Amino acid sequence: MSVLVYTENWDGQFKKLSFELVSYARTIASQLSTEVVALSIGNVADDELNKLANYGADKILNLSSEDYNDFNPQHYSNAIAEAAKKEQANVCVFANNIRTRAIAPRVTVKLEAGFVSGCVAAPESTSPFIVSKKAFSGKAFARVQINKENKVLSLNQNSFGIKEDAKTVNVEGFECALKTSKSKIVELKKNTGKMSVLDAEILASGGRGLKKAENFELLEKLADILGPTATVACTKPVADLEWRPHSEHVGQTGKVVAPNLYFAIGISGAIQHLAGITSSKIIVSINSDKDAPIFEASDYGVIGDAMDVMPKLNEAIKAFKENA
Amino acid sequence: MKILVCISHVPDTTAKISFVNDNKDYNKEGQQFIIGPNEELALTSAIDIKDAKGGSITALTVGQAEVEPTLRKALAMGADDAIRVNAEPKDALNVATQIAEIVKNNQYDVIVTGRESIDYNGGQVGEMLAELLDIPSVSGVNGLDLEEGKAILQREIDGGFEKIECEFPLVLSGQKGIAAEPKIPAMRGIMMARRKPLTVVEPIAFDDATEVLEHSLPESKAACTMVDPENMTELVRLLHEEAKVI
Repeated sequence: MSVLVYTENWDGQFKKLSFELVSYARTIASQLSTEVVALSIGNVADDELNKLANYGADKILNLSSEDYNDFNPQHYSNAIAEAAKKEQANVCVFANNIRTRAIAPRVTVKLEAGFVSGCVAAPESTSPFIVSKKAFSGKAFARVQINKENKVLSLNQNSFGIKEDAKTVNVEGFECALKTSKSKIVELKKNTGKMSVLDAEILASGGRGLKKAENFELLEKLADILGPTATVACTKPVADLEWRPHSEHVGQTGKVVAPNLYFAIGISGAIQHLAGITSSKIIVSINSDKDAPIFEASDYGVIGDAMDVMPKLNEAIKAFKENA
Repeated sequence: MKILVCISHVPDTTAKISFVNDNKDYNKEGQQFIIGPNEELALTSAIDIKDAKGGSITALTVGQAEVEPTLRKALAMGADDAIRVNAEPKDALNVATQIAEIVKNNQYDVIVTGRESIDYNGGQVGEMLAELLDIPSVSGVNGLDLEEGKAILQREIDGGFEKIECEFPLVLSGQKGIAAEPKIPAMRGIMMARRKPLTVVEPIAFDDATEVLEHSLPESKAACTMVDPENMTELVRLLHEEAKVI
């Protein structure tokens, strides 16, 4: 028995999310009195792999074959399922993002498991195995029981946190023959540099209330002052108007984010947008309409025109940072 | 080209939700149900391609008789026929297994699902189905074209996109971008929908792998602390000292 956690890497680097997943796997493994095996696929250096041990990984499997350089759900899920079988893992832990959503359900079928996607906490019990997840686009929670011996869980980013638990680690090479697949990537385009809204700890998000694309400069300024873990986000209408790129669209049909701090600026608070932000720890709203529904979802609110308030907010944050 | 579009029958996004039976089940009383927004866009894209290049589209859902109006809407939008698997869709693996059974008997070139249904946000059925059928799958699809024997897809990735070519048969999960906006059925479409075939199929036996025991609502937020727009220093202080987020 063991708990297998798939730790994705981004160009050979792990992120906070990777460590959160190991922490989560570690907690479940302790509940089951067993070990954590972390599986990495891709070209990751040993000193990066070893970081996983700080969060409770007992063993690290390193699948570094170049055959796996291109992401392919059939290839990746096959390798992960083979690793799970090898390690007799009856619990597999994944992140809940675009890539893992392509793999975890396949692993579930291969292992004849039960899968709960979007978990928000450690299992409340392991026998019976019950875990909570988000439901109804963030409007509710559901406690779900898995009735199969094998379990697959995907964890919502920033819902569990990082817990250090240093282990002496064992890195093993892992090989898995490539399955054939009739799907191939013919072009890959990546916008480098900007942090994804999914990883940002602080988001400065704007809606139509900002009136035009240029006014987002004030949000860019705010994100800039707040530092490298702050970035700009937007609502669907703003993305549809092409004031901001679609990658910044937060909401039910865009990205679901979980930052520590979310500034909602000139955003009225439509349900579809709220569905993307309910996991934010703190929400601050700036809106000229005192009846805007966003205030009901916020922790702090400022009634005023964004164009008046933002320069003052930016000044105040700048002063704070300079004195810190 | 034979296309199968799997849709979910879900409560409208703006629905006020509540639960019954000791919070085990969703309270359907008085609720508006719709085609899930992701599937609606994916269906629109499939219809546009069919209109341009020919083929047939079957709309499918797993659900009891109450879901038929949602299937009829898919027919009104432009699907040619519909299938309802007569079972309550409580578990993703069960739903995927039911659909796999239908596909085995019918040979589709392209199977389309939505990124996730807006009730349980699982995003699982499409990929489970592909694995059960042992065919490729592409998720997060925000651009689609179909040619003879293959699909050309754009999929979203962290900070960019991939362009993928995949031979038939495959499963794809569509999301925002796959179509600019959902197709609105015209009067003619609505009239014709009544006459298009809707077949009911009994499910095969399968034990649910997961079971929802209970739902709960999030704790309501404490009242919003309002801050004077002239006093942003105070807001910053609150964020630092009280909220501890900066």
